[in-house]
Amino acid sequence: MSNLELLTWARGPGLSIALAVCAFGILLRLFEIFSLGRKADLSKAREHSPGSGWRTIVSRSLPPPGLMKRAPVTYIGGYVFHLGFAITLFFFVPHIELVRGLTGLSWPGLPTQVVDIAAVAAILALIAVLASRLSNPVKRLLSGVQDYLAWLLTFLPLLTGYLAFHHLLIDYTLALALHILSVELLLVALPFTKLFHTVSVFISRWYNGDIFGRKGVAS
Amino acid sequence: MAFDGPTIAETLRRQGISRRGFLKFCATTASLMALPPSMVPAIAAALEQARRPSVIWLSFQECTGCTESLTRSHTPSIEGLILEQISLDYHHTLQAASGEAAEAAREAAMRENHGKYLLVVDGSIPLGNPGYSTIAGVSNLDMLKETAAGAAAVIAVGSCAAYGGLPAALPNPTGAVPVSAIIKDKPVMNVPGCPPIPVVITGVLAHFLTFAALPELDDHGRPKVFYGESIHDRCYRRPFYDQGKFAETFDDEGARKGWCLFKLGCKGPVTYNACATTKWNQGVSFPIQSGHGCIGCSEPGFWDMGPLYKPLSMPIAPVQMMVGAAAAGGAIAGAAMALRNRAAKQSAQAAHQKVTVADLEKAK
Repeated sequence: MSNLELLTWARGPGLSIALAVCAFGILLRLFEIFSLGRKADLSKAREHSPGSGWRTIVSRSLPPPGLMKRAPVTYIGGYVFHLGFAITLFFFVPHIELVRGLTGLSWPGLPTQVVDIAAVAAILALIAVLASRLSNPVKRLLSGVQDYLAWLLTFLPLLTGYLAFHHLLIDYTLALALHILSVELLLVALPFTKLFHTVSVFISRWYNGDIFGRKGVAS
Repeated sequence: MAFDGPTIAETLRRQGISRRGFLKFCATTASLMALPPSMVPAIAAALEQARRPSVIWLSFQECTGCTESLTRSHTPSIEGLILEQISLDYHHTLQAASGEAAEAAREAAMRENHGKYLLVVDGSIPLGNPGYSTIAGVSNLDMLKETAAGAAAVIAVGSCAAYGGLPAALPNPTGAVPVSAIIKDKPVMNVPGCPPIPVVITGVLAHFLTFAALPELDDHGRPKVFYGESIHDRCYRRPFYDQGKFAETFDDEGARKGWCLFKLGCKGPVTYNACATTKWNQGVSFPIQSGHGCIGCSEPGFWDMGPLYKPLSMPIAPVQMMVGAAAAGGAIAGAAMALRNRAAKQSAQAAHQKVTVADLEKAK
């Protein structure tokens, strides 16, 4: 199989399979989570707190006071990675073209230099949080195979994308094929690992905010 | 190479090419092939002394576009003249003879120059049925094997001869294969393109005449000097790609300003060829300069590598139906799981036994 054939497979059948597994898995998990339900709360709400769930979505997305001192790598690394990853994912023109091809939606992209900086920042942040995870005894104890798998599956698309964009080390066609394949791996794993937080993060934040609001905890 | 007849330099002089023009050609060839300037005299000396090498040109399943590309330059160039001088022993598009006489010329050239002649092939070879393509009643496969047996080297010109090309496009009705699939015991060099750039052919021939060997080849059997870099890397529109400036349609403002054609399906990033540097028609232009994206014609199987007008980052086939079906399947599976969980919950509730303090005290 030549590099171009690999790329063609990745853009064709590979992408279809990955997206199908991803869509199947996300729907399955969402149905399962929502249908589980919660026990009816028979106690009276402590205070009327409309919008508590929505406020928590915002407040939990902002850094809590003291985190910078307690866990600087998690704090900086976490934000830099998520922002860098989002910029790279949503504002690199070829990525927007992909979304346009799939859904018809499109928006303006950023110059590649800006995306490049964001990608490098995300890569460095990922390396930093991994180093911290490995060197911090508590974090290391808390980490399982799935945590390292999630890290790897997130890291590979960034790395291969960077190699492809800068034509580093390997042939561009192969780099692009590997990049798309690594994203497909990420898509396949997303619904069934901790990576599902991409979909569930705001749902769980809303739920937590709402339930704590009922119990009288300010969001 | 010991051939009879006039040297190439003599022939060129007869055609009215000055020594200055000849040396200029040698210098251009050396720089095109990334050879040091000190090699120019060596190339000139080799070409001057080289006798007209015998070249047999076989055309199989092809469209004659490669021959057209090489011979129909607007004004006769040194490249064209060198090519014409060396390629006339047998070429059934260009030669005057036909039928028995043409085949006799081929056989004579093979006999007289056994082991020394160059075999140039354009077109793919059908393996499905020998009758799909024949010349003078001889199948392409037999003619290729027979002619390659006495050749010094084989040059597969054009994407059909190099990779199977258009005839091998899915579903490949004739079972077309490239030259390299059949000839295993001779050096085979691919000069792909649909058609290939004329100067690449002459550059390679000049290399063969100067060094008596084929130049260094890449994984696809292509001379690295010409196919070593992607069109994208050498494209004069590359800065627009880096700035995120793209033509959205072939007639919008971006297209008029000469912005990058990536979104219009340009395959420059995955195509390795010399178009962006040597250009076409004596350096006049190349497809991207003329406003059309690269279609990747020098890559294997380019015809089956997705739509020509879809960007490289876009999916090749529509995925909506499959993803929609998978999502529906996921919803159904999720609902089934919900029912199962609910049933488990209910049976757990039903099986729940209440224990009172009195029960516990009794148990003591």
